Amino acid sequence: MHRDWGHAALLLLPAMVLLFAFTHMPAIQTVIDSFWSTPRGRRPSVFVGDANYRRMLADPIFLKAMSNNAVYAALTIPASIALALAMAIFVQGRIAGRAFLRMSYFTPTVLPLIAVANIWVFFFLPGFGLFEQIREALGLSPQNWIGQPATALYAVTVVSVWSQAGFFMIFYLAALQNIPDSLREAAALEGTSRWTFFRRVTWPLLMPTTLFLSVNATINAFRTVDHIFVMTQGGPNNASMLLLYYIYEIGFRFWDTAYAATLTVVMVAILAIVGLGQFFLMDRRIHYK
Amino acid sequence: MHITSSPTHSAGGITLRGLQRRFETSTALDDVSVNLPSGRFSVLLGPSGCGKSTLLRLIAGLDTPTAGQIYVDQTEITALPPSQRNLSMVFQSYALFPHLSVAENILFGLSVRRVARAEQQARLDRVASMMGLTDLLARRPAQLSGGQQQRVALARAVISDRPICLMDEPLSNLDAKLRAEMRVEIRALQQRLGLTMVYVTHDQVEAMTMADHIVVMNQGRVQQVASPRDLYENPANTFVARFIGTPPMNLIPVACLAEPGALPEGGMVGIRPEDIVLDPKGLPARLVGVEYLGADQLAAFEIGPDDHRVRVLVRVPARHALPADGHALAWPDSAEHVFGPDGLRLSALLSPLKEPSHA
Repeated sequence: MHRDWGHAALLLLPAMVLLFAFTHMPAIQTVIDSFWSTPRGRRPSVFVGDANYRRMLADPIFLKAMSNNAVYAALTIPASIALALAMAIFVQGRIAGRAFLRMSYFTPTVLPLIAVANIWVFFFLPGFGLFEQIREALGLSPQNWIGQPATALYAVTVVSVWSQAGFFMIFYLAALQNIPDSLREAAALEGTSRWTFFRRVTWPLLMPTTLFLSVNATINAFRTVDHIFVMTQGGPNNASMLLLYYIYEIGFRFWDTAYAATLTVVMVAILAIVGLGQFFLMDRRIHYK
Repeated sequence: MHITSSPTHSAGGITLRGLQRRFETSTALDDVSVNLPSGRFSVLLGPSGCGKSTLLRLIAGLDTPTAGQIYVDQTEITALPPSQRNLSMVFQSYALFPHLSVAENILFGLSVRRVARAEQQARLDRVASMMGLTDLLARRPAQLSGGQQQRVALARAVISDRPICLMDEPLSNLDAKLRAEMRVEIRALQQRLGLTMVYVTHDQVEAMTMADHIVVMNQGRVQQVASPRDLYENPANTFVARFIGTPPMNLIPVACLAEPGALPEGGMVGIRPEDIVLDPKGLPARLVGVEYLGADQLAAFEIGPDDHRVRVLVRVPARHALPADGHALAWPDSAEHVFGPDGLRLSALLSPLKEPSHA
């Protein structure tokens, strides 16, 4: 028995070392750092209690980033899931060029976001961007979509939805193909309309997928900020500032590591709460086979 | 009010005329013309790939024929959507909705058609008690055994109160004991409700025990339409002769017989294994194998001249062990089924078929 435990511990050791060194230790260190000041020059770090947290609550940019992130999440999560479902249903049917369509929808996923964000910058460019040309044709006045505070956040939201909806579609497509044809046929014999069948059969059977995707979309809403670097750098006037981008600025541009650690603790806490909440809330309404 | 214990449905006779279903690379059904009379239990029987399931799907409206017409009570329904054909169907996989309870599954059709709540409840109560599902109504399909799921699928067909019920190999997922029970149950249900049943199977035991009449199919064509007894006693061609009966009928080429007499050249003589007796005055035969079955044993013999040896199975009582050699086989003339070189039965005049043959 003892030997078994010894072997088990030895086998676990490599993974445990990596996990502790690169995940658990930094996480714990982050929490500790958030209660200490940032060491600067000859001044070593000192314990400051909740000073960093009080500073955070008074920080207008942090509050702006939080409310931006809330809007950003509230838009990207439902929009990308709804778009993914619509695309999956569309390309599941028997239509010409189905393989080509599926590939087109999936393309944004395989392209690096940094690269395509650059292309999107051109789409949004005032004067001769794609959207501007359409507006011009309709006789509307030119807009600087990513350069004005009123629209910058929505411009980066569109890019985010576009980049992840195709990936989500693959999951819906797989789930749709798991629903046996005989269910549709049995419903057809009863005279079930397509909408009724979707509402009463397809949608409930897709619930596990929807839960999985909404958790992923939530995490992405806080985690994916690649396009912010390329498109807006959080501006103008912090209009498109998101929490993670703010953490990057504080931590790696201003080297205020203690405050960055404080912000990180908040972000991890938000993600943990959202993730747990979704599982417990939606678990009751979900059918697992 | 809708479901009574006496046969109520006089409607529901199905007529198929020249049905054809062609796929891009193959023809699943060709020139199928059959009557499936109302209130009777019809079985579509054939080996896998013979087109019987395709035919059922055409009747249900889940697939469209490339040629031919389907009538119910002289009304053409070929182009109608499934929901307007006034029929119910039990699928091989049962097609139960996994996220709905048994009660919701059974009531799915009624609630889609917006039948009043009170009537839904009344019909559910009656059907559930008829099928022995009353205690299971709150369960999910995954919490039921295979036999119970089968009952739910049946209940869903019965509650629709439609005169025609189609079944696509409904018992193939059950174990042997349950299958025997369900055979009796489905047959009793059909007779009690006076349903026009169209039942697809590849299992001849199911077909023989349940059917009023059997449509034997092979390679997309109807081989014979007859009652189980008629099918066994007067197979219309060599395919039906070999397909119906376990072990299959022995087919002996005329060339192998010592005295062909009036038998047609190039034809076959069919003799059921149970019709052959060991008789020293008969055809000399060499014993090549014995399969012991308990009450009986199946003895495999070889007969005929050396260049035309043919294997013949004989069912003999198992009480006596068979000696190794010195055998001879005989059979009464009345047990002979004579088939022409084209495989069609020639002795049809001696025992006329009750139903017109479409072979």
